[in-house]
Amino acid sequence: MSLQRIWTRGAIYLVLLALAAFYLMPFYVMIITGLKPYTDVNVTRMWELPKGFYLGSFLEAWTKVAPNFVNSMLITIPAALISSFIGSINGYIFSKWRFRGADTIFMLFLVGMFLPYQGILIPLVQTLQVLKLYGTIIGLILVHCIFGIPITALLFRSYFAGVPNELLDAAKMDGCGFFGIYRWILLPISMPAFAVVLLWQFTSIWNDYLIGLVVLSSPRLAPINVAVQNIAGSFTTEWNVQMAAALIAALPTIIVYLALGKLFMRGLLAGSLKG
Amino acid sequence: MATSNSVSVTGERTLSSAGLAVRKPRNWLRGDMLIAILVLTPSIIAVALFIYSFIGWTFYISTVKWNSVIIDYTFVGLKNWQRLFQDDRFYTDLRNLVYYATGFMTQCIVFGFIIASLLDQKIKGEAFFRTAVIFPFAVSGIVTGVAWRWLLQPTTGINLLFAKIGLTNFHPVWISDPNYGMWAVTIPAAWQFTGYVMALYLAGLRSIPQEVREAAAIDGAGTYTIYRYVIIPLLMPVTFTAIVLTGMNSIRVFDLVSAMNGSGPALATDTLAFFMFQTTFGAYRYSLGAAIGAFMMILSAFLVVPYLRSMRQEVEQ
Repeated sequence: MSLQRIWTRGAIYLVLLALAAFYLMPFYVMIITGLKPYTDVNVTRMWELPKGFYLGSFLEAWTKVAPNFVNSMLITIPAALISSFIGSINGYIFSKWRFRGADTIFMLFLVGMFLPYQGILIPLVQTLQVLKLYGTIIGLILVHCIFGIPITALLFRSYFAGVPNELLDAAKMDGCGFFGIYRWILLPISMPAFAVVLLWQFTSIWNDYLIGLVVLSSPRLAPINVAVQNIAGSFTTEWNVQMAAALIAALPTIIVYLALGKLFMRGLLAGSLKG
Repeated sequence: MATSNSVSVTGERTLSSAGLAVRKPRNWLRGDMLIAILVLTPSIIAVALFIYSFIGWTFYISTVKWNSVIIDYTFVGLKNWQRLFQDDRFYTDLRNLVYYATGFMTQCIVFGFIIASLLDQKIKGEAFFRTAVIFPFAVSGIVTGVAWRWLLQPTTGINLLFAKIGLTNFHPVWISDPNYGMWAVTIPAAWQFTGYVMALYLAGLRSIPQEVREAAAIDGAGTYTIYRYVIIPLLMPVTFTAIVLTGMNSIRVFDLVSAMNGSGPALATDTLAFFMFQTTFGAYRYSLGAAIGAFMMILSAFLVVPYLRSMRQEVEQ
């Protein structure tokens, strides 16, 4: 290895370490601030480690957001499961039963995926009120399932496109119909795709703020991110409690991401129609 | 049929099975095709109703007189649009959108590309660096905003670090600056989204065959030349994707500003999405809010339509 090459390699690692530090820094600050009692949250000692292992801020934050944390679980888990299942069937149809006009419908689904929610919020509230679903957890689950139709169909469609059609022809010859092919051929091999889609849906539904705020804003029923924003926005809550609440809100997606990071990456790429 | 089954593995098989599909009773196929369409129908209805009819409905609301709690569908033409185009806040928001989009998109694309290029150099511990950079994308805009509001406090946070390295006279007020507040908001925004763009570039870089670089290197091209004339042009589709995604993100930014500074001093960090929300659900001026929402929709369409058109071939495979 030449001297110049050693220097270049060293510089690359140095830059990468600095960048990693930058991207992890806010998490560091959230954790250390959350572990300090209010008396130690001092603007001049912000970056210093806490003196002990104080859990008071987390306990206080937890008592404030626990009901909303549970709400978010009650919303996110069913919505992610249902929308993934719908997505798998739709993806199966869009990739293997391409009737005339299927591609056009698929494109129209995708357009819906990219448009900003601000353009549909008012009719959404009106409709949910008529359906008596406004301000209910069921209503929010329904909305997340519907708005998840395009992305989940896209992810499953690209996964199923890789399954050779000969496999389906063979199943057809064995007498499998529409449901048989799905049940016996595609469903058993689609677990990797399910993992990616579930992860993607879980993260985006859990992290949603706008739809929760509009559809389910009552403090008791609101999802976690709405609750965290209410705590942070009141300006009377101490920083240590705010940071602890934010960390609690981030924890499920962080755990999921650390455990299944590779799948998350795949979802990122597929979600942009690339890769 | 017996022969077509016995001819396996070779290329003929696909041929014969294709012929078989034609010869097989079509009703059977058609029956299943019908089931497929029927199963898809609820989703089509849901999307048609909850997305497309709602879009039309929003445009319709923007042409009626519904500007209080009481629903009023009296047609007033483009009055709400006129009011919107006369509103100073609207123009401030457009200015902010330009600031935000410029700062956010530049940071995401430049840093996303640089980090991806560095990670593509056979780095030990690549998984760690990749995880760290994408990590922020796993948390919500609200969490990001809460953390960064604390980091961008003028009296502490980042400024404290500047002071520690001797920059004692450099203490910007960041998001509280009435002129440059929006630029400051792009820092946490890019912090959150750069990992996504990086992932796109990394996948793009990995798809460039090694021979292409080697061929350029044999021709005597240095690293800079290879990137400038080979790699960056080859990655143009990725850059296009990144521009569209970050651009759409810029139009709808809401969570982050809500959690950080709201509209900020002199509307410095106000956005169209925030304006729309306050007008509609705060001031109950539904028709005006619908006009803002519809405007955001039109803005996004300028990005979405060319993007999907470019993807169409890929989709139709």
